Amino acid sequence: MIMRRLLATGMAGGLLATLVCGLLPAGAAADDGEPAAQPAPKVELVLDVSGSMRATDIDGQSRMSAAKQAFDDVLDSTPQNVQLGIRVLGADYPGNDRKTGCKDTRQLYPVGPLDRTEAKTAVATLAPTGWTPIGPALLAAADDLKAGGDGTRRMVLITDGEDTCNADPCDVARDIAAQGIHLTIDTLGLIPDTKTRNQLSCIAEATGGTYTTVQHKAQLTDKVQQLVKRSTDPVVTPVATRGAGSCADAPVLKAGLYSDRETFSENRWYRVAVPPGRELRASVTIADDRAVNAGYGVLLRGVTLHGREIVRDDEGGTGRTDAVSAGIRYPKPKADDDTPPETVCLQVGNSFSAPATVKTTPGLPVELVIDLVPSPDQPSDVAFFGLGRGWWLLGLLTLTGGIAGLLTGWVARWRTNTGRAS
Amino acid sequence: MRTARRLAAALLFAATALAVPAAGQAAADATPSATPTPTATDGSAGDDGPPTEAGTNFRTAVAITQGEQATAAASAGDYLYWVVPADTGQNVTVEATVTFGSGTGTAAAHGASTWQLDVYDGLRRRQPCRYGAQTRTAAANAQSVQLVCHLRTVRAWADTWSNDPLRGAYYLRLTALEVTDADLGQPFRAAVEATSDGTAGRDAVDGSVAPVVSRTAPDVRPGDGWAGTWWSPRWLWTTGGGLLAVAAALAAHRLARGPIARSYRHRPPEPPRPHEPPPYGS
Repeated sequence: MIMRRLLATGMAGGLLATLVCGLLPAGAAADDGEPAAQPAPKVELVLDVSGSMRATDIDGQSRMSAAKQAFDDVLDSTPQNVQLGIRVLGADYPGNDRKTGCKDTRQLYPVGPLDRTEAKTAVATLAPTGWTPIGPALLAAADDLKAGGDGTRRMVLITDGEDTCNADPCDVARDIAAQGIHLTIDTLGLIPDTKTRNQLSCIAEATGGTYTTVQHKAQLTDKVQQLVKRSTDPVVTPVATRGAGSCADAPVLKAGLYSDRETFSENRWYRVAVPPGRELRASVTIADDRAVNAGYGVLLRGVTLHGREIVRDDEGGTGRTDAVSAGIRYPKPKADDDTPPETVCLQVGNSFSAPATVKTTPGLPVELVIDLVPSPDQPSDVAFFGLGRGWWLLGLLTLTGGIAGLLTGWVARWRTNTGRAS
Repeated sequence: MRTARRLAAALLFAATALAVPAAGQAAADATPSATPTPTATDGSAGDDGPPTEAGTNFRTAVAITQGEQATAAASAGDYLYWVVPADTGQNVTVEATVTFGSGTGTAAAHGASTWQLDVYDGLRRRQPCRYGAQTRTAAANAQSVQLVCHLRTVRAWADTWSNDPLRGAYYLRLTALEVTDADLGQPFRAAVEATSDGTAGRDAVDGSVAPVVSRTAPDVRPGDGWAGTWWSPRWLWTTGGGLLAVAAALAAHRLARGPIARSYRHRPPEPPRPHEPPPYGS
């Protein structure tokens, strides 16, 4: 009888466990943000039409004709919603005057809805002519893309040589990136010569773009297509902010994505109000957009208004990297409704350093992510609901049960034998 | 005889109870490794097959699901980012293969290069690999190089100041750590795949932190949503232990008490004594 009842209880327990197992996985989903309609992405192709593009070393064709054919293919496959523009450099002035030659850049096709025939006709007229003013072309292209809209901006620079004018295009690219227009510059080099490669990879690095060496026509087409298509990827645009030197003057941030600039070994402060029952999550990524020394690090600290450190994370590294990041969590336990939110100061520091020849302004790009999510309950035990697991547990429980059974059994026998049981 | 039968029944019962956690363990092992259906990733992956692109930073990381192999064509020196969801109790393994060349024709001659696969959690904290060749140097003119990272078990809760892996998004970053200048910008193809196996509640901790996925990052989640926080194979283990204890208690009790003396009720009534001597002294 007892046995049957226990069995029934056990089965009920098992049934409950099955129910729990079957019903609950559907719960506890993350908050999902509604994907907002993406504004039209803008892409400008910047093509070098300097005299050196005449060289015939790409699959037996001249660089210029390879580029033209690649452009035709790319124009055909450009996604509908992309606003595409074309700018050329060194297309018009064949003379020897450096000053004039270094201003030689013009917009071949304006950034906007694409008319394929018109664009192709414009490309067909090009003939290799002049100088290679990359820096001025980048500045002008940035202006082309800047106007209106908040979509992603991407520039694809196709060239076969380094800048033949004075300005270092790498510095120009970094200045463009610092304008906060979220412009990425991808570079394609048509010949793998050291100087060109260094300059182009530097431009790409400064803006978070990529550098590719192109040796075949098909490769050129594929790469440009890939880069144009990449501009349609949905991306959240960060909000520009400016951290302060101390917590008292720091800007108050809400949940979201922020961008800032921080020079070498600088610390910047931000503030976040954390209501009770919410968990603050902050991540910071500092990118090295120029040549830096081998050892570096990033520090992210959460500090109270009184200067007590709550939580910190730091990350260091050596060698080649695009960014270093750190992240912290700080849960506020649930409290009464009238408990005011706690203001947490966030300190973002870096220990990047650079050789003396490297410009320190503008600062390194900082990306700060702030989220406020429901905070977890403080667990009462290390183990899951205090439950156990493993063969030792089973053995111990069986042993305990056995000993208890023996004891009660002996007591029962003793009672029977002494006639105490009726 | 009856005792023996009872004992046998109790043993059988105990065996059943023992089998329950074992079955639970098997089930738990099977659940996470089942490949979830690919979730919609806002066009970055497309609806046909695994993604063939990679992101270039944390914000543009391409969402992949466990068990599918994502590929990408890139240039040496690029930083490739993917993001994959990992749920409580999973032991995640990430594998990456770098193949030199653009895929058409033979790869151009290249020097030695060192490649690295880094894993970051949803808070962009770098996660250590328990084992696996996370960094590898490819010899000059090698065809490909393979990288592996076995992560620590994903937990449901952790102290705020620890960087224990929590359920949520995991960023994979693949890059050339050292590459000669001459090879910079040369094409390569990359393939990454994240798989996981279960732990049968070995690391089931109490409490649960909301999945670490930023609202501003690509929305990743397992194919059938995040697992509930009320289930762990520990329920089966503990329940099974309790049942075993009961069975052992019953068996031991029966053994120690011995056969039950016949109940008084069933005894024939005592025959009346034929003669009662008169009380003493009367």
